[in-house]
Amino acid sequence: MAEFRLPANSRIREGKTYSVASGGGDIRRIRVYRYDPDTGDNPRIDTYEFDAAQTGPMVLDALLKIKNEVDPTLTFRRSCREGICGSCAMNIDGTNTLACTKGLDEIKGDVNVYPLPHLEVVKDLVPDLTHFYAQYASIKPWLKTETPTPPDRERLQSKTERDLLDGLYECILCACCSTSCPSYWWNGDRYLGPAALLQAYRWIADSRDEATGERLDDLEDPYRLYRCHTILNCTATCPKGLNPGKAIAEIKRCIAERNI
Amino acid sequence: MGGDVESYKTPVGRVQGLGSAKSGFRHWWGQRVTAVALVPLVLWLGFGLAVYGSADYEAARAWVAGPVTAVLWIVALAAALYHAALGLQVVIEDYVDGDGMKVVAILAAQAFCILLAVGGIIAVLRIVLGG
Repeated sequence: MAEFRLPANSRIREGKTYSVASGGGDIRRIRVYRYDPDTGDNPRIDTYEFDAAQTGPMVLDALLKIKNEVDPTLTFRRSCREGICGSCAMNIDGTNTLACTKGLDEIKGDVNVYPLPHLEVVKDLVPDLTHFYAQYASIKPWLKTETPTPPDRERLQSKTERDLLDGLYECILCACCSTSCPSYWWNGDRYLGPAALLQAYRWIADSRDEATGERLDDLEDPYRLYRCHTILNCTATCPKGLNPGKAIAEIKRCIAERNI
Repeated sequence: MGGDVESYKTPVGRVQGLGSAKSGFRHWWGQRVTAVALVPLVLWLGFGLAVYGSADYEAARAWVAGPVTAVLWIVALAAALYHAALGLQVVIEDYVDGDGMKVVAILAAQAFCILLAVGGIIAVLRIVLGG
């Protein structure tokens, strides 16, 4: 059966409290999931008090301040700090989002920070995305054609055809959507999840691609595609404002079209 | 997802698994068609049961035996239980781990729905034929 309770060695305990605040200012508390595979200890929640008036506006700024000034062992991924690389995806205030675009002022009270749900944790806020990336690779995310590239120009596309890729090409593969999806939690080994399916549709919708039928063949599967039950957590959580739920519905529509 | 058993299979190899079943559309489509069909059927059935549920035995029996009513009863039973079988299968596939247990549960759910459907339809036919 699906597991509804964490395994004994994954249950979270209360950790330590640190303070970066030096009195006064706008004191906020951030509660962060900590797990160190080297110690064999259970995960714990550490609490950090910091002065929001002396910190940048985003959750990522607070995490960086803690890492720089209090606890260099705090581990998380980050790179672009402007919502385009997708590295700092984590569960903040109960929702998967990017730490670099989530404002501290959007959160009331303590800021709870956990890694993306239902993935194996490498350390602290760093989840293992190996399987997620393999699923992306499996949908063959590149242009597949039989017609050779015209020798004198690029492959042409009308403006209307190009417009069909809007809302799809912007996906940064941060994994917020897939890891918010209950179907992906329970059957992520076989269900491709919203991120990989949105990417699959990005190539199905591309007028230049000549492998649409092959792509639909690969997706038409009770687990790979049809595990989506239109829960729409994906669409609700996407930090880029995209709609993976709609992309999945479009794939189902394409399959219906060629069957009826 | 995790590798309990030591394996050198690559992550992409794991994802590809046994490949696409190239099916699932019929199941998905059947669920939606029966769902739409059940909207008027259930309304009609609810209305009929509200009226004849409290009627006396002979009146209720005469209602079920009517030519239109009998056909609608049989169609409603078939649609509802086919829909139930499809839906239960999805729930089991979602939540039951382990292929053996999963297959047993799906077959049991389907057997249950088939028995109810066949039983229900025979009951209607017996009333129609005055058995």
